[in-house]
Amino acid sequence: MKKFILALLAVFPMLAIAAGPSLNLDEAGNDLSDKESLKRGFQSYLNYCLGCHELQYQRYNRTFKDLGIDEAEGVEKWMPTGEKSGDHIKNTMPAKDAAAWFGSSPPDLTLEARFRSPDYIYTYLRTFYVDENRPFGVNNKVFPDVGMPHVLQGLQGIRTINENGELSEAKGGSMTEEEYDAFVRDLTNFLEYTAEPNKLERQNLGYWVIGFLFILLILAYLLKKEYWRDVH
Amino acid sequence: MNSFMAWIEKRLPFMDAMNKHAIQYPAPKNFNFWYVFGVLATVILVNQILTGVWLTMNYEPSGEGAFASIEYIMRDVDYGWLLRYMHSTGASAFFIVIYLHMFRGVIYGSYQKPRELLWIFGMLIYLVLMAEAFMGYLLPWGNMSYWGAQVIISLFGAIPVIGEELTIWIKGDYVISGATLNRFFALHVIALPLVLVILVFLHILALHEVGSNNPDGTNIKKPKGSMKPEELSKFTFHEQYTKKYDIVDAIPFHPYYTVKDLVAIVIFLILFSWVMFFAPEGGGYFLEAPNFTPANGLKTPEHIAPVWYFGPFYTVLRVIPEKLIGMIAMFAAIGMLFALPWFDRGVVRSFRYRSKIHLFNLTQFAVCFVALGVLGTMPASDLANLAGRIATFGYFGFFVALWIYSKNERTKPVPERVTG
Repeated sequence: MKKFILALLAVFPMLAIAAGPSLNLDEAGNDLSDKESLKRGFQSYLNYCLGCHELQYQRYNRTFKDLGIDEAEGVEKWMPTGEKSGDHIKNTMPAKDAAAWFGSSPPDLTLEARFRSPDYIYTYLRTFYVDENRPFGVNNKVFPDVGMPHVLQGLQGIRTINENGELSEAKGGSMTEEEYDAFVRDLTNFLEYTAEPNKLERQNLGYWVIGFLFILLILAYLLKKEYWRDVH
Repeated sequence: MNSFMAWIEKRLPFMDAMNKHAIQYPAPKNFNFWYVFGVLATVILVNQILTGVWLTMNYEPSGEGAFASIEYIMRDVDYGWLLRYMHSTGASAFFIVIYLHMFRGVIYGSYQKPRELLWIFGMLIYLVLMAEAFMGYLLPWGNMSYWGAQVIISLFGAIPVIGEELTIWIKGDYVISGATLNRFFALHVIALPLVLVILVFLHILALHEVGSNNPDGTNIKKPKGSMKPEELSKFTFHEQYTKKYDIVDAIPFHPYYTVKDLVAIVIFLILFSWVMFFAPEGGGYFLEAPNFTPANGLKTPEHIAPVWYFGPFYTVLRVIPEKLIGMIAMFAAIGMLFALPWFDRGVVRSFRYRSKIHLFNLTQFAVCFVALGVLGTMPASDLANLAGRIATFGYFGFFVALWIYSKNERTKPVPERVTG
């Protein structure tokens, strides 16, 4: 029997290696409490992403409220689609046509930051490179053979890949590398927000609840001690 | 007021039942850390039922609307996110607590005579709980829900002759669809919780009939008249217990264990809240990443794994190459636990007074069970399968070895009275 335990102990560290290489993701370093960053991300999303990717579970008015945008101003300036401020952030692209154009219809991104991760989005949007074999002439480092064109090429420019799989610096964009990283960070921040709009509220409430429980713990412990004097 | 209470009491002996089951119920005074998990499981059961009721108010059980209704709960319902996280974290916490509760029973021999039926009721609760969790896991209609259910239901296809028909009967369709979701919903919110509550009730009744075991495995109910008056417990117990026995080393469940359990409950709630408020995904084990995309019959997640609490049995299934035998082994793994009171032929309960072999057997069993669980969440590979086979052997080996050595085991003398 002993040898089974030994064998198990020996096998376990090897399993971690056998699980395979994980993606090398850059850290997004975004900050959900930074409302200006969220607003910039929201604006970029409306400009560059919404044409293809909906946020079908997220409402405009909720976004306005959480980002500190006045509702009247929001309806006027921040609502390219939808009629009422309570509408979900949708687009008008027919899913069938989209599937024909891109191979599959562009996914909804409301929950993308929870399905992948903020770091994934941040890295993904910065690692497109030239690949003439692909329909749109570009490929992606973290999402091989992706069906999406490099929509942000005008901003970032384009990178190339060498035989070692390393990416060159981007050339031909209107932004510097720092500017583009900041741009993507804001966008990532916004998507982390839409994936769970209550995240900050959740954590904030957590401190109060746990704080209360610690006080209750002291009282419960004293109560127990008092009663158990009869037993000991 | 008093005459009103007396009027009630005459017609429904409520206070008498309270006395029998709480205020004058003799509980051994030496319960340790391991004895809090029963009450914690009860707390979680109540949590699951209450949050479940409120989630049901806003959930839409249909293939088209289920996923969106979860997001509606998460965003538009007041504190809907809190209800949902309480429920999802509660599901995993339930299994953590139940596994520890079961392990307590195993190490202190709480399944042995005369507590076999109590153990059987407990195992039935565990079985129903697994069914309940499996059905509930489909309801968010995420992609992992879908494919997880697909994998488990397809197991039944391995049964000869009726297999294929059976999977269609379970699904109510040729594929997992809204029809499947609807029946799982009905079972999850009505049928199984009802069975669960009844079983919990029977579990507690059976416990109070035979009395609680304790870490020493000694008997606190001595034959009537065998103890000197000064040795008897100084507390008042219900006459149902004192009529037949001399009670030693016991204290009334209420208030002594209710206040002690309160401390345990608060500590548990702190840990629970910490996960719920700061890591509700549980590192991707409580809420899995692929479940943040809707069910899609054409898009398989990269790595389909059952929820962590099914891991041990899933590994047993997976490491056996033949699907039918794998399935039989998986159900046998649970069946062995049911039969545990008869595998153990010993009379000494607690591992404290049993042999070194027994301690070793318990340890290897725990290691193998955890290993099976960990492996169940990992992708299959040759190495993982090898480890899984070793752990499966260790798991079943525990019962066989126990049956062999427990007949003539070299045990230590068990003290007459509890220690500590």
